[in-house]
Amino acid sequence: MADLRVNLCGVPLKNPVIGASGTFGYGREYNEFFPVSRLGGVSCKGTTLEERLGNPPPRIAETPAGMLNSVGLQNPGVKRFISEAIPFLKKQGTAIIANVAGSSVDDYRRIVEILSDTDVDMIEVNISCPNVKEGGVQFGATCAGAEEVTKAVRAVSKKPLMIKLTPNVTDIAEIAAAVEAAGADCVSLINTLLGMRIDIRTRRPILRNNTGGLSGPAVLPVAVRMVWQVANRVKIPVVGMGGIAKWQDAVEMLLAGASAVQIGAANFTDPFTPVKVLEGLERYLDDNGIEKVGDLVGKVQPW
Amino acid sequence: MKYLQEICPILSKRQVTELAFDITVSAPQMAALAKTGQFAQITCDGFFLRRPISICDFDKEKGTLRFVFEVRGEGTEWMSTVKEGETLDIIGPLGRGFEIVSGEGQAVFVGGGIGTPPLLSGASMYGKNATAILGFRTAKAVILTEDFAAAGAKVMLSTDDGTAGHCGLVCDLLLERLENGPCDVIYACGPKPMLKAVAAIAAERDIPCKVSLEERMACGVGACVGCAVKTRTPKGEERYAQVCKNGPVFDAKEVVW
Ligand SMILES: Cc1cc2nc3c(=O)[nH]c(=O)nc-3n(C[C@H](O)[C@H](O)[C@H](O)COP(=O)(O)OP(=O)(O)OC[C@H]3O[C@@H](n4cnc5c(N)ncnc54)[C@H](O)[C@@H]3O)c2cc1C
Ligand SMILES: Cc1cc2nc3c(=O)[nH]c(=O)nc-3n(C[C@H](O)[C@H](O)[C@H](O)COP(=O)(O)O)c2cc1C
Ligand code: FES
Repeated sequence: MADLRVNLCGVPLKNPVIGASGTFGYGREYNEFFPVSRLGGVSCKGTTLEERLGNPPPRIAETPAGMLNSVGLQNPGVKRFISEAIPFLKKQGTAIIANVAGSSVDDYRRIVEILSDTDVDMIEVNISCPNVKEGGVQFGATCAGAEEVTKAVRAVSKKPLMIKLTPNVTDIAEIAAAVEAAGADCVSLINTLLGMRIDIRTRRPILRNNTGGLSGPAVLPVAVRMVWQVANRVKIPVVGMGGIAKWQDAVEMLLAGASAVQIGAANFTDPFTPVKVLEGLERYLDDNGIEKVGDLVGKVQPW
Repeated sequence: MKYLQEICPILSKRQVTELAFDITVSAPQMAALAKTGQFAQITCDGFFLRRPISICDFDKEKGTLRFVFEVRGEGTEWMSTVKEGETLDIIGPLGRGFEIVSGEGQAVFVGGGIGTPPLLSGASMYGKNATAILGFRTAKAVILTEDFAAAGAKVMLSTDDGTAGHCGLVCDLLLERLENGPCDVIYACGPKPMLKAVAAIAAERDIPCKVSLEERMACGVGACVGCAVKTRTPKGEERYAQVCKNGPVFDAKEVVW
């Protein structure tokens, strides 16, 4: 049996499969399908200092091989995240990854400071949400913005920091290099790609927010390319996501240079996707005589 | 709450109107847990998201679930092509249903169009104490009236064009029914304007009213916060609730229409 364990900047994961932020709640619902303790970790819904109500509905639109969402970071705020979500996840025995967002650099600093004194294992800093006017992508879209947030959270964090990058930029590797220089422990990518769909009958966008973030299998090749570019540019670990729906996709992502993967929208098609990815990955390693999953990371042989 | 996924053999399939289909699947585990007013998420071949469809009826002994759906777009179009003997990939039972405990007292069920199926199993619980007020576009679109009658309910029918039953809105019939007898609770499902009108009638008369809502869904289980509906908390604050987890059935007073 191959060794699936991964050490992600000091955080031991029992395997490299993580539920992606915003698609997996706080693990509670999918735990009704299978024990979430099977997973390497759960990246929780994006959390802000204060409660956020989110965007008006409709928030979901189907697309060819994927979907758009414009949830807009609806969450109960960091206090309730700490009192309600962390104790539940702590009991399950899987790595707890908090995912945070803010409207200002100071928001990011304060929320990371607060979460530093909790039982979360790692903090994923979302500077890439396309669905809110403030608190996301305005920081992640430029090197200067990404660097400023990373420096601010680095100064106060007692937890490993994973900066989550947006694909809605010209050169994602450049942003990754900037956050590495500013002290990030690892990066995760990709967040959703900005998209839009229109109801041809009403001539209205399907999403009340007009635009939303695209995810699901449609984005896989974009994500694999970006993970590859980033992994070639930085020395810190890369966590890959975007369109993973089956174990073969996860293997691609690892070969491209991801040390671990997150699974998002595919959970909606099949709630057992993470478990199936895990089982397939294990079989693949065994069939190919690969002793540990880490031996696969970045092993693509580019032309 | 326990969620299940089953690959369900289709035991029977019937076309009931030009656009509506009635299918029964074998799903013993889900049927064992199902409660009236809950729904399921059904995979449609070639589509990324599952389609939410109400559990119209269930038989715990036979281990079956029944769905009645109308072709509205590409996914339901695919669902209309499945055949007896084939299977459907279904997750369920999902959401908070009507939470009918005893079936005592006088209940009025108000259904509009394809909003009628989720009311059937609830009406069965009330039997003779149920009135089913069902409204459709036209006579050809009428579904399930015989099932409601067989469940013991007194059926009142309306159509927009008067080709069957009362010509006009279900609300006319609801007002008539409320004039003529006691009513302890109203359960409603259908288009939002209809639900809003039913909720207003119930509120005026202080009759408890439960409405089943629709919203576009992704996970269907409460994990993605995709299926938002604006509600008012007891403190009067407005919040987005999740149709799939906090609903689909809500107290009409909670909903911000
Ligand atoms: C809790 C619940 C119970 C339902 N019960 C029934 C039922 O018993 N019978 C029935 O015929 N219909 C029911 N519906 C509506 C049904 O889900 C939609 O008609 C169906 O999803 C349309 O899919 P489509 O691919 O044919 O349409 P398309 O317009 O091609 O679908 C595109 C996307 O929009 C979504 N969508 C479109 N219309 C709706 C809608 N009204 N509600 C939610 N999502 C929608 C689809 O799921 C899909 O993701 C229910 C909806 C909900 C939320
Ligand atoms: C409904 C939904 C909500 C999301 N919410 C968040 C969020 O709160 N924070 C975040 O960093 N990413 C969020 N994402 C992005 C995902 O974590 C992931 O980066 C993206 O969906 C690509 O992966 P996938 O194709 O596997 O879904 C969300 C995605 C979806 C579909
Ligand atoms: S559809 Fe995901 S929370 Fe309701």
